Amino acid sequence: MKIGVLALQGDFAEHISMLKKLGVSTAEVRLPKHLDGLDGLIIPGGESTTIGKLAVAYDLMQPLKQFGQRHAVWGTCAGAIFLSKDISRNDQPLLGLMDIKVQRNAFGRQVDSFETDLEIDELMRVTGTEHPYHAVFIRAPLIESVHGNAKILSALDDGRIVAAQEGHLLATSFHPELTSDTRFHEYFISLAS
Amino acid sequence: MESKTGTWIEKKGLAQMLKGGVIMDVVNAEQAKIAEDAGACAVMALERVPADIRADGGVARMSDPDMILKIIDAVSIPVMAKCRIGHFVEAQILEAIGVDYIDESEVLTPADEEHHILKHNFKVPFVCGCRNIGEALRRIGEGAAMIRTKGEAGTGDVVEAVRHARTVIGAIRQLQTMGDEELMTFAKNNGAPYELVKEVKLTGRMPVVNFAAGGVATPADAALMMQLGVDGVFVGSGIFKSGDPARRAAAIVKAVTHYQDASILAEVSKNLGEAMVGRNVSQMPEGEKLAGRGW
Repeated sequence: MKIGVLALQGDFAEHISMLKKLGVSTAEVRLPKHLDGLDGLIIPGGESTTIGKLAVAYDLMQPLKQFGQRHAVWGTCAGAIFLSKDISRNDQPLLGLMDIKVQRNAFGRQVDSFETDLEIDELMRVTGTEHPYHAVFIRAPLIESVHGNAKILSALDDGRIVAAQEGHLLATSFHPELTSDTRFHEYFISLAS
Repeated sequence: MESKTGTWIEKKGLAQMLKGGVIMDVVNAEQAKIAEDAGACAVMALERVPADIRADGGVARMSDPDMILKIIDAVSIPVMAKCRIGHFVEAQILEAIGVDYIDESEVLTPADEEHHILKHNFKVPFVCGCRNIGEALRRIGEGAAMIRTKGEAGTGDVVEAVRHARTVIGAIRQLQTMGDEELMTFAKNNGAPYELVKEVKLTGRMPVVNFAAGGVATPADAALMMQLGVDGVFVGSGIFKSGDPARRAAAIVKAVTHYQDASILAEVSKNLGEAMVGRNVSQMPEGEKLAGRGW
């Protein structure tokens, strides 16, 4: 099992250290050739505009789309934006792999960034645990709606969607890589296997 | 479910999202758009870039909130703004208008020559400059959630940025080889909080994200700082004081991502036009240096 982390910009090192904790081989992906031999890919948190521009500049868009058709891909925060099909604006590159509509900076500015506990049934079932998942949201996007085969994985108490899954593709508004709870990474590895 | 805002994880976390990126000084909404289009991961909104602050002299203060708000409206990436060292009311104002990060900066004229702001009192996170590990850990002790090595702003001379990054990273390496019984003396000699010294020894890195600043003017400068071990770079005067800001900005963004790939660095360094006119720091009178501000 080898999981790559898109290392154009953002907190890719934090994802790599979570994966290493779980005993998984890792690779930093900056160019198309770095996708060779990977079983899955994480697109980290960061600035989605920066990540998108660098992906275009180094001809990664098509290889990433092709990779995502066959392999597990997980986007956290900026990564979720980049994975989505629609963000209600037309000024940044998107992979369009997941049939979800995302709203950027949906919760406000940095002073509005928050931590909260989430009940995520599927995550608890797969990892055989019962305690809630403590999620860290930073200038977070919101998943406005899911379409087609995409399903809601988790929502806030008021119903706003913060995690979605479409087959082997996963999107979270929050940052499991900033916590010490490895359950989301374990869940992703189960999708990549 | 109860949710919490303004926590240490939130403050530190935003800086983690900026890693591997370039934060650019901009003085108006138009420059902010150019920076965002070039791939900046954040912008620093200020009325004058450091090179102009140097040239103009006088007291340099927090920028007009209206100008900062126009920049906030113009871009979707995080917006930072500077307050004077120790000027906690400027910081309150910047927090009230919704900036994402405050830089308590030596580039502005200090408001307090003995104390920095108690940054734990704010919900908005702060970044502060440092020249060495003691200064870095004192700022973190006060609540800074991100650190930048100071360099010498507004010069286009990378020599001080290199000195400060090497000093900080060298001290982290030195701590790795020390026995636990040596740490209190290290804390005393460096004027650093003991608990944070222990943490740095244990983890082998700074407790918060550490960028380089002050004198970065070319893609090669930016990649140099990355290879020395910083998490990202601030570019102040280096972009908008150069001949072709959009092109240079995009090149520096690429250089920070591909900092270990010399063939890409060669490619992005081509035909960038005039770099900013530099000022040689070694020939600068001590009184003109900004990095010495900070206690």
